[in-house]
Amino acid sequence: MTDLPVAPSPTRLGLVVDLDTCVGCHACATSCKEWNTGGHWGPLTDVNAYQAEQRGVWFNRVFTYEVGRRGEEARTVHFPKACLHCENPQCVAVCPTGASYKRAADGIVLVDMDRCIGCKLCAWACPYGAREFDEDQGVMKKCTLCVDRIYDDNLEPADRVPVCVLTCPTKARHFGDFNDPESHVSRLVRERGGFDLASELGYRPTSKYLPSRPRRSAPQESSQPEASRTASDPASGLLRWVDRALSR
Amino acid sequence: MDPAYSIIVFTTASGAGYGLLVLVSLLAISGALPPTTGLGLAAIGAPAALIAAGLSSSALHLGRPERALGAFSQWRSSWLAREGVAAVATFAPLGVFGIGWVFFNDVGGFFAGMAAACALLALLTISCTAMIYASLKPIQQWRNGFVLPAYLALGLYTGSLLLVLLTRMFGVYRPAFALLAVVLLGLAWAIKWGYWRHIDAAPTQISLGAATGLGRLAEVRLLESPHTEANFIMREMGYEIARAHARKLRAIAHVALFLAPLALLGIVAAGPPILAQLAALAAVLSAALGVAVERWLFFAEARHVSMVFYDRAG
Repeated sequence: MTDLPVAPSPTRLGLVVDLDTCVGCHACATSCKEWNTGGHWGPLTDVNAYQAEQRGVWFNRVFTYEVGRRGEEARTVHFPKACLHCENPQCVAVCPTGASYKRAADGIVLVDMDRCIGCKLCAWACPYGAREFDEDQGVMKKCTLCVDRIYDDNLEPADRVPVCVLTCPTKARHFGDFNDPESHVSRLVRERGGFDLASELGYRPTSKYLPSRPRRSAPQESSQPEASRTASDPASGLLRWVDRALSR
Repeated sequence: MDPAYSIIVFTTASGAGYGLLVLVSLLAISGALPPTTGLGLAAIGAPAALIAAGLSSSALHLGRPERALGAFSQWRSSWLAREGVAAVATFAPLGVFGIGWVFFNDVGGFFAGMAAACALLALLTISCTAMIYASLKPIQQWRNGFVLPAYLALGLYTGSLLLVLLTRMFGVYRPAFALLAVVLLGLAWAIKWGYWRHIDAAPTQISLGAATGLGRLAEVRLLESPHTEANFIMREMGYEIARAHARKLRAIAHVALFLAPLALLGIVAAGPPILAQLAALAAVLSAALGVAVERWLFFAEARHVSMVFYDRAG
């Protein structure tokens, strides 16, 4: 039944994405694609992979936003987005076949690809655009939180995390149990003011985002007066390098 | 939202079919339609054919139509599953009611009970179809109080035009049928009028700043899309129709779905028989075009919250 689990799950697994440290390298997206295209939920089909009008399934996509007034005040924020494994996943409730389900044990939202009829209603019900239809296989696909990694005893314990978390070169992604108030992810959310995406819609996403830290007050001219004076001269490329090298 | 032709055909054809079935069932019970074999074949066959055509069309929309039977299982949570159950369940009393009418020329007693069940299940099915849309939170053009009444009124109204045509063809037409069609036309028109006023006045559901949570810092703009080509989400949810085109198509819907059939119903009621016959047919054809345009707009004008992340109106 696509009825949601009655009782809250004993563990509530999800991600924390740190918007302060994400550099927008797309490594999470590509490693996700690589792992999952060969995993249980693969392939993540690409249509027209090597020509115009490519249409491919990705579980994770990285947006880049500009925040603040245009010009010097604006800052760039990279914004990876995948399924948030909501506590109130309407994608599951609307599924007519029971192919979409939320695991009672850990709250992960999955699609049973052998039962999915490809009606796409779940994608309509998701405000985050987290589900992508595989037109080649005729079924809906989505982030699995790497459920085929995180419980795999054959992997080293350190590797039993979603591959996007493992790959991230800036440690901008964290994985853990949000039911445990002392878990790494719970502490991050508490200490850094983690927030829900589009909380007003009432889907209660499990995964959280950490806001960018406040901007440091402009260039630190006071600490290195010599360097900054030279740096302000646009014509002195070589001299500037010499100056910087010498003032270390 | 992407206006898929399979769903437009499904919702309009089955809507008219169920609407006609409701009217035919109730009129047969009340004795307004004589239980003759020929009329029974047409009056039961026409809605059954429209419903079957609609349901087959809806299967075309599926990625895996061969698994469609699984879609009846989740009626406890899913309006789509409820629609499937109600749609198929309708065929049981429909068949018995049809047998009574066509073979025994009897629409009383037990068969009247079957007819009543037909009408009830048909209304239930249209309601389930409407609720599939009206229950989706990310689409405010659908999640409002106009959608359910609009689907019911349009189903009954388009069904009533078919009733007028059918009864004229079999010589069992009564002026009350045209009047019924005019009343349902007025009702449907008023609801659609209100619907369009409502969605035009509704503010955007959520801003990019609120969706990303970055609005707490400052104003937010999309700098780079995640990918260069349109993905599934953008193709399915990001269908955008120019405002000018929407206005024109709305005007076409107003004329073809309501204004022209209203005038034609006048001819049906007051014109000479041969002209009335043609007018009844023209009203059906005009409304068919009109309701297809109306349904196309229902999808094309609907905006999905997920598009906000792409800095497009959601």
